[in-house]
Amino acid sequence: MSQETNISYNPIAALGRMVIFPVQKMGSVAIFFFKSLILIFSYPFQISKIIQQVYFIGMKSLLVICLTGAFTGMVLGLQGYYTLSQFGSEGLLGAAVALTLIRELGPVLTAIMVIGRAGSAMAAEIGIMRISEQIDALETMDINPIRFLVSPRLAAAIISFPLLTAIFDTVGIFGGYLTGSGLLGINPGIYFSRVETSVLMQDVMGGFYKSIVFAIVVATICCFQGYHTHLQSEGFGAKGVSLSTTSAVVISSVMVLVVDYVLTTFLL
Amino acid sequence: MTEALIQLIDVYKSFGEQHVLKGASLTIQKGEVTSIIGGSGGGKSVLLKHLVGLIQPDSGEILIEGKPIGSMSKKERKSLKRKFSYMFQGSALFDSMTVYENIALPLKEKTKMTSAMIKKKVDDKMQQLELQGNEHKYPSQLSGGMKKRVALARALVTEPEIVLFDEPTAGLDPVKKNAVHNMISDYQHKFGFTAVVVSHEIPDIFYISQSIAMLFEGKIWFQGKPEDIQKSSDPIIQNFINGLESSKHEMNGMATTKKTLQRYQEAMVHLERHEIAFSLIILTMNNLDELNEKLGFVVSQTVLKNFVSAVRKKIDITDSCSMYGLNKIMLVLSSTNLEQAREFCTKLSKEIRGNNIIDIQPYPGFCFTVSAGFAEAQKGSSFKEVLKKAESSQNIFHEFRVC
Repeated sequence: MSQETNISYNPIAALGRMVIFPVQKMGSVAIFFFKSLILIFSYPFQISKIIQQVYFIGMKSLLVICLTGAFTGMVLGLQGYYTLSQFGSEGLLGAAVALTLIRELGPVLTAIMVIGRAGSAMAAEIGIMRISEQIDALETMDINPIRFLVSPRLAAAIISFPLLTAIFDTVGIFGGYLTGSGLLGINPGIYFSRVETSVLMQDVMGGFYKSIVFAIVVATICCFQGYHTHLQSEGFGAKGVSLSTTSAVVISSVMVLVVDYVLTTFLL
Repeated sequence: MTEALIQLIDVYKSFGEQHVLKGASLTIQKGEVTSIIGGSGGGKSVLLKHLVGLIQPDSGEILIEGKPIGSMSKKERKSLKRKFSYMFQGSALFDSMTVYENIALPLKEKTKMTSAMIKKKVDDKMQQLELQGNEHKYPSQLSGGMKKRVALARALVTEPEIVLFDEPTAGLDPVKKNAVHNMISDYQHKFGFTAVVVSHEIPDIFYISQSIAMLFEGKIWFQGKPEDIQKSSDPIIQNFINGLESSKHEMNGMATTKKTLQRYQEAMVHLERHEIAFSLIILTMNNLDELNEKLGFVVSQTVLKNFVSAVRKKIDITDSCSMYGLNKIMLVLSSTNLEQAREFCTKLSKEIRGNNIIDIQPYPGFCFTVSAGFAEAQKGSSFKEVLKKAESSQNIFHEFRVC
């Protein structure tokens, strides 16, 4: 005990811990992800479980994605109009709204909304299964818990995120049209023609790649946190689950923004 | 001829500063029920989890059929895992799945059975464990006893070779506890699996086990036959057993075997000093297994309970009545010679006839048989000798018909 206390006051050891711990954690998250990814393709395929998860992650998030997309598009329409009108280029509103949504806001806001709705649920559900020994029960039945619990969620996230992002973008562009044309009087033809001419396939693909990467980041982090609830050092049982859920939401939200920045630098 | 199926050799396990196992060595014989007893938080569940590979030891070896787990290939470990089933203390049922889905899961995931075959197997198991009609319920809608039965059904549905039970009776009422013990014993005989049971239920666990291991201070303090641990003069073992063995048997308020033994010794003193004869009677319910099979374990235990209550009403305050096995009741009747014991049995058979032993009509033509063996104690004869005499002179004296 005394040795441990000494180590904690040793600045070099503390620095070492500060470096080693995150590296270890990143390593275990990476291994967790690769295991889950490989096990998606293990026979027999878990089609029905993946469909169930697509329903949970994708279908049930539809309303919240449509609402967020609509209001984001609408507010972009308003802000964009007042900024562009200072330069007399209101006609570019369609391009501004569409590019902002497709390149940036669509994938990021979709990911963040899904983290709140489905990511937290994934962490909590798996966390409860961990503390109530259900995961141990799977292991004793020789059922791989990562294959059984994580792989279908990862596959479903990879399927759902791009689709939800596409819906978010489309609804957002119509939201921009509502404020731009409906409220502020921009010609609808000009709005949509600007959207058509400015958005390139490269932009759409960029958003698509981002949404896939975000799906991987969100599903992996949320499932990882839930799966390792029993290793939470600050709380066990119900408190452990609450800590896992909180850290799943916080870490995945921050990681989405960090990864977004990194990807944008490569994609631009 | 039994052989060592599992061997733990000098296993150490610590969780941080907490040293749970400190050189535990245990041998589990094939086809036997081995029970692990020990204080709460003493590491019994940790020991059990080592057997199935849920926890790895810090040091020491675990041999399965003579082969160390550590040196097994992945394929060997996988096939080994399929031989095991584990029944968790808290049942560990999947709470987002129905009872049916819970029981069917291991078959669905790990076998190539068709859904019709799975359904048949699950239905059979549900019937055996009296779970019919609960297929569509979720674990949160079940009582504690029912959850245990679902967990037991899930553990047995794959027909495993080794079943590990982690406190299977925790939180159950006495009738259900006995029903679970009966179930374990019955299925163990029927399917021949090797069972390892972690339990606090002393002395009930002695009736169903062939081997008892006592875990104390991280080590297996004792391993041997149930009768050996009861006879042991080791103060630690005696303190532990006496501490857990309540003065009355939980079911029906019967005396424990230990109390009966005391009663026997007192009666022997009376016989030797004052020539007051006394007798020992063993009542055996012969078709308890049939009842288990046809009506289920809970009903059969209720029948046994009702029968015991009826018997207890017939004995004097100076007599003693205790459970002697899963289906045996032992009576020590003071001031009773052999002839009086015979009369007592005849009277008992007549008077209990027609009593409400079973509240429900089980099936047409139902009757259960009780055989009574009795022996008069002779001066200086040991309890064991009288018991043997009583058991060897068994004869069916009556059939209770509840039709």
